[in-house]
Amino acid sequence: MSSTSKSPWIIHYDGSSCNGCDIEVLACLMPRFDIERFGIINTGNPKHADILLITGSVNEQNKDVVKNIYDQMGEPKVVVAVGACACTGHFFAECYNTLGGVDKVIPVDVYCPGCAARPEAMIDAVVKGLAVLEEKRKKLQQSY
Amino acid sequence: MNIMMIIFWCVALIILTPLVAGLISGVDRILTAKMQSRVGPPVLQPFYDVLKLFAKQKLVVNRFHNDFVLSAVVFTIASVGLFFAGQNLLLAIFALVVGNVFVVLAAYATNSPYSLIGAERELLQMLAAEPMILLAPVGLFMVTGTFDIEKLNAVQHCPFIYLPGVFIALTYVLTIKLRKSPFDLSTSHHAHQELVKGLTTEFAGPSLAWFEVIHWYEMIFLLALMYLFFANIPWLGVLVVLFVYFLEILIDNINARIKWELMLGSAWIITVILGVGNLLILDLFK
Repeated sequence: MSSTSKSPWIIHYDGSSCNGCDIEVLACLMPRFDIERFGIINTGNPKHADILLITGSVNEQNKDVVKNIYDQMGEPKVVVAVGACACTGHFFAECYNTLGGVDKVIPVDVYCPGCAARPEAMIDAVVKGLAVLEEKRKKLQQSY
Repeated sequence: MNIMMIIFWCVALIILTPLVAGLISGVDRILTAKMQSRVGPPVLQPFYDVLKLFAKQKLVVNRFHNDFVLSAVVFTIASVGLFFAGQNLLLAIFALVVGNVFVVLAAYATNSPYSLIGAERELLQMLAAEPMILLAPVGLFMVTGTFDIEKLNAVQHCPFIYLPGVFIALTYVLTIKLRKSPFDLSTSHHAHQELVKGLTTEFAGPSLAWFEVIHWYEMIFLLALMYLFFANIPWLGVLVVLFVYFLEILIDNINARIKWELMLGSAWIITVILGVGNLLILDLFK
């Protein structure tokens, strides 16, 4: 395991979620789950982040924002769609302004279903994302 | 000591410094986590972070940014080198300040609004902290009659006995220099954030890694400066420095961020009363 997968910094973006998943993301940072054990830090700056956690579906209003955040992150990067809305659009899928899941706008590496997704599931998804991150880092190294 | 030995020790200490500083930051993060009743990251976490950042993609917004960051690295390492070579303390401090200025220039060069506000706040932090950091060598000079670190390190009596006010004021501004709450205005550590990330908003990948390394060198420089107050009793010096650092972690965890007016005002008032006051009393009764 390289240092890349030992220090995944996260940026969290709320697409149009009901805040259920967001509360659970915040719960991950709290003493009970304490994701800093794995070196995970919630950064708030896409340029510092390795993993993009998106909750909620993507709509006409925020698709450019999501794309912008994704583009600002440096390689290697991983996108984790947290919650049913981020995975497929869930019950907002048929709304007139909703595009659907996050993968309609940016490539998603790990899907974390649930309504709301449990903190355990979220941590599991991020750890799955680490394997993808590691793979991308190796590819990036070869391309230099 | 001949010149070869000095160069050897200097290079060895320059390599050792980030290793020690990284370990101190690792312990800092664990202690911080414990104070918040969390488990916290492994003790080597700061090294993982820096190595990861070096492996990330270079995202440089313009051609000046990287040059400024590298200049900052060179000057900061030079200041630590001067310190460990036992050279002039004032010269070492000026080199450190030049390194700081290059970091601010690197943030200004990026032209991002968050970065600009961070850079301006960093200048305010320097304005608040530097007078006291310059008064410390003046106090040491008044007690020992020299600016040479080699001679300061070999003093017979404890400078702290004559300079308690200067030492306490230095501890106060150390919070500003270590970017700890309540003075983490320009940018901060751990998961704290404001204005996206202030000064370091546009630092990404390797340049953020260099920023961390600069901070490590700066930290060791300031702790070594505090050690000089107890240079005649090494074990006491190390203990006091470790205690001061623990105090900084505690202050970091029990304070919220304050506005810059309060930071500047309080730092200057403490500098004048404890720092200048101490020197005046020393001058009168010597």
